[in-house]
Amino acid sequence: MRIALVCLLPFLAAAVPPLTIRFGRTVCALGAGMASLVSLLLLLSLAPDVWNGIPVRQSVPWISELGLNFSFFVDGLGLFFAGLILVIGLLIIVYARFYLAAEDPMGRFYAYLLLFQGAMLGIVLSDNILLLAIFWELTSLSSFLLIGFWRHAPDARRGARMALIITGGGGLALIAGLLLLGSIAGTYEISEIIRRGDVIRSSPLYTPTLLLILVGAFAKSAQFPFHFWLPHAMAAPTPVSAYLHSATMVKAGVFLLARLWPALSGTEMWFLIVTGVGLTTMLIGAWIALFKDDLKAILAYSTVSHLGFMTMLLGFGTKFAATVAVFHILNHATFKAALFMSAGIVDHETHTRDIKRLGGLLWLAPISGTVALIATASMAGVPLFNGFLSKELMLEAAYTTTYAGVPGVIAVLAVVAALLSVAYSARFALGVYLGPVRDDYPHRPHDPPFGMWAPVALLSAAVVLIGILPALFAGGLVTLTAQAVVGEEIPPFAPALWHGVTPALIMSLVAFAGGYLAYRFQDQLGRVRQSFVRPDGRALFERALAGSIRAARWINARLHTESLSAYVAVILCAVLVVGFTGFFTTSHGAGERMTLPVNIVGLTVWVCVLGSCAALVLRHSDRLLALIVISVVGLAVCMMFVQFSAPDLAMTQISVEIVTTILLLLALNLLPRHTPVETNGARQARDGVIALGCGFGVAMLAWFGMTRDVPSISTYHLAESKLQGGGTNVVNVILVDFRSFDTFGEIIVLCVAALAIYALLDSALTGAAARRLAGMRQGQESGDAHSFLFVVASRVIFPLALVVGVYIFLRGHNQPGGGFIAGLVVAISLLMQAIASGYRWTARRSRVNAHVFLGSGVLITAATGAASFVFGRPFLTSSFGYFQIPLIGEVELASAAMFDLGVFLTVVGAVILAIAQIARVEARAERMPVPEGPLNESDAIATTALQRGG
Amino acid sequence: MEFLLATGLGVLTSAGVYLTLRRHTFPVIIGLTLLSYAVNVFIFVMGRLAIHQPPILDKAISNYSDPLPQALVLTAIVISFGMTALIVVLALRGFLETGSDGVEEPHVDADASIKDEREGVVR
Repeated sequence: MRIALVCLLPFLAAAVPPLTIRFGRTVCALGAGMASLVSLLLLLSLAPDVWNGIPVRQSVPWISELGLNFSFFVDGLGLFFAGLILVIGLLIIVYARFYLAAEDPMGRFYAYLLLFQGAMLGIVLSDNILLLAIFWELTSLSSFLLIGFWRHAPDARRGARMALIITGGGGLALIAGLLLLGSIAGTYEISEIIRRGDVIRSSPLYTPTLLLILVGAFAKSAQFPFHFWLPHAMAAPTPVSAYLHSATMVKAGVFLLARLWPALSGTEMWFLIVTGVGLTTMLIGAWIALFKDDLKAILAYSTVSHLGFMTMLLGFGTKFAATVAVFHILNHATFKAALFMSAGIVDHETHTRDIKRLGGLLWLAPISGTVALIATASMAGVPLFNGFLSKELMLEAAYTTTYAGVPGVIAVLAVVAALLSVAYSARFALGVYLGPVRDDYPHRPHDPPFGMWAPVALLSAAVVLIGILPALFAGGLVTLTAQAVVGEEIPPFAPALWHGVTPALIMSLVAFAGGYLAYRFQDQLGRVRQSFVRPDGRALFERALAGSIRAARWINARLHTESLSAYVAVILCAVLVVGFTGFFTTSHGAGERMTLPVNIVGLTVWVCVLGSCAALVLRHSDRLLALIVISVVGLAVCMMFVQFSAPDLAMTQISVEIVTTILLLLALNLLPRHTPVETNGARQARDGVIALGCGFGVAMLAWFGMTRDVPSISTYHLAESKLQGGGTNVVNVILVDFRSFDTFGEIIVLCVAALAIYALLDSALTGAAARRLAGMRQGQESGDAHSFLFVVASRVIFPLALVVGVYIFLRGHNQPGGGFIAGLVVAISLLMQAIASGYRWTARRSRVNAHVFLGSGVLITAATGAASFVFGRPFLTSSFGYFQIPLIGEVELASAAMFDLGVFLTVVGAVILAIAQIARVEARAERMPVPEGPLNESDAIATTALQRGG
Repeated sequence: MEFLLATGLGVLTSAGVYLTLRRHTFPVIIGLTLLSYAVNVFIFVMGRLAIHQPPILDKAISNYSDPLPQALVLTAIVISFGMTALIVVLALRGFLETGSDGVEEPHVDADASIKDEREGVVR
């Protein structure tokens, strides 16, 4: 568990800094530091095993079907990188405590930093390439957050976005490559994959695999042509630049090349691409670095160059070169992190990073100046510093390598890169620290607090110690790591300071001499550079980004037409294609079932439906007419239910018909009365074709269905209705018993619909909708009082209607009726009062709270269902019994009746709520005042007068 | 009878689809109502047609129409009321908010209403 904990601990600890920041910045930094320290100690506790060659692995299955396991392992390479990440991370945490200004949100900063640290540790410790890919993307995300830490700065936001798109995009290519790699190797575990190099290299999929993985690695490690994102990421706070963009994240690409080195390297393609890209990057980075004025830009391009250096060495494909690459990863991490932190100190102290405004800082800030100069010397490759050693070894490897049949080309170009590196290092040292003290700094510098220079000093000490005694301080670690990279034993790595006069030494001397000249004549070189056409990576990137956004908008505009008709047409056409494909590709004919003879009722209803449909299609622009005609269709459907033995359906249909018509009438009162007549004939023809296709399909389907006999599962329901459900109305028993869980869901849907209607219209009583409502003048009202006859009749009928409702409810279990129908009947009788006497009159007198009905309905059904838990039965198990009650006789009590009561209440609540809410909105529309009731006319007139006055 | 039902269903569906494809809210609502009828009837007739055989148990009768599609359709009728009501209210709210009754017009009116809203806040 320890391995997983090493990388999971920073993730968990990421929550700590934002919580502890209230206790002060030091506590916050301590919290973050402790997390890294514990992680480091855990890692070190694994080190002895790794050192002794005992494999340290662990694996927990995650999604094993996909080959994704939560598996980690530590070998030399993992240990080396994880150590680097944690040690430098600790130094950065200390440094950042003093670097960040008081107004910077430090808790957030450390949280991001720890997230990044965990993700980075995940990359180097994963034993599963899919897990590695996940952590890889996490580093892209956390680096996005860190680069954009100063979110108020546009540069930071742009830089963060660019880094995310390039490294994240590279990550996508990487995932594709890793999937291919896994499928070639037959396993996704890295420790296995690196043993199957022969299989992988001989696979026909080797080329795409390699290319995809290289795109991911090169994008991450800022290799040409992706190098341009790194300098823009320098908008990040300096601790971030030092940590992510010099020591760790940008090395993830190099790490991956090293990790997969045994599996992928050794082919011609690997050599040509990796070496070529590395060499190009090394040259371009060093060249550009010479001409930058911003300290962080110089260091950024230098980093690009050094990453190219490492990539090139890994590209060589020899064990020696791989060892040198590992050695340089270590050396570069030490001196470059120190330099970035030094640049941060300069910025912090002088308030500028422009090399043209600096100079002589060594005399004003001797400590931080000295340690920075040590690191600079190492960057230049001066003897006695570690950069010298790896550069010498690199030149030695380059000297013996032939590229594409041209001997010496690598050697010459490597010397040029080394020469440029000397030149920009000299410029950095002389321009910032040496030279005369100036009197025009934006801010007079002096040495920063101990916490800021101590991390730099520690790294510089490492630079010197490795530089002088490489075998002692780095030999063992580099040997161990390099063995893990190449996958076999290698002789102990023990570079010596003095080799005698070798080609590498001569190349080094040439580089120093040339570097001096390049430094002297940098202005002339700058003019040469100006004469080139220099493609601006950022401008190209922004253009590509803008182009893809435009393309996305274009596609979106085509797909998202904001036309309901278009969407519906597309969906229907798809249904037609699928449906008719199925219809015409199989054999079918009319069934054998006896058809019923046509009777006069059926024929009449059929004619009514056809006529109504024709009228609707032709005359639907008159909306009131359409409403009347559609009720005819509703009645026809109701008749059909009566005819074909469905009394429950007929009762439901006719009551729903009534409430729907009331609803539509109310809505039509506020909506326009007429639909504009369409003139687009082509469109009508198109819709007509779709409509006829759909109609034909449904008719055919119905015909072929009805003329066949099928066994129905409802024989069970018919047989068991009385025995198990205790009712003879099978439809009702199915609803409240056999399939009561469906019904439960359905009344919840009804409830949600009613509440949505309430919410939609409640919020319409304010804002633009309310103003439009208030502005509506309706001239068509007669202004008459409500019909006296109707009012009296409705009030007399009201209790009778309620009784009918109750009766229908009670008999529902055995005869046509039940909760749904009774609910509708009661709702209608309530609505009738509103129609007869007006909404306001009814609302004032009504004790019916629709919300209570809705809520209690759903709660009662739920409680009925849950009651069966008490008896240890599943949800909604029903039971019933017959009880003798004196005078009344035998009475059946069924749990299903309680359930039906819930249904009843929900239906009443939903209908009342929906319609009352529309009526309430309607009452807002300013109009000719309608006297409220016939019985208190004088009152009404008085109120109206009052309202008018108000 | 089956033929009448099949053709009737086809005509109902055609009219429903045609109206659903119109450009204003009310015909769309009418169209959806017609489609609800069609779908409900379709499910119902998949239980096959039977005359004088209501699924009310009686010792004297042995043949019943299929109760299961009836139970499904019964709730479907009530739910389609809920759906129609919701769509009507959506149409109403959309009309009140934008002053437009169309289902495919560009957002000219909506922008105006947003402007209204802002002014409303100022007021």
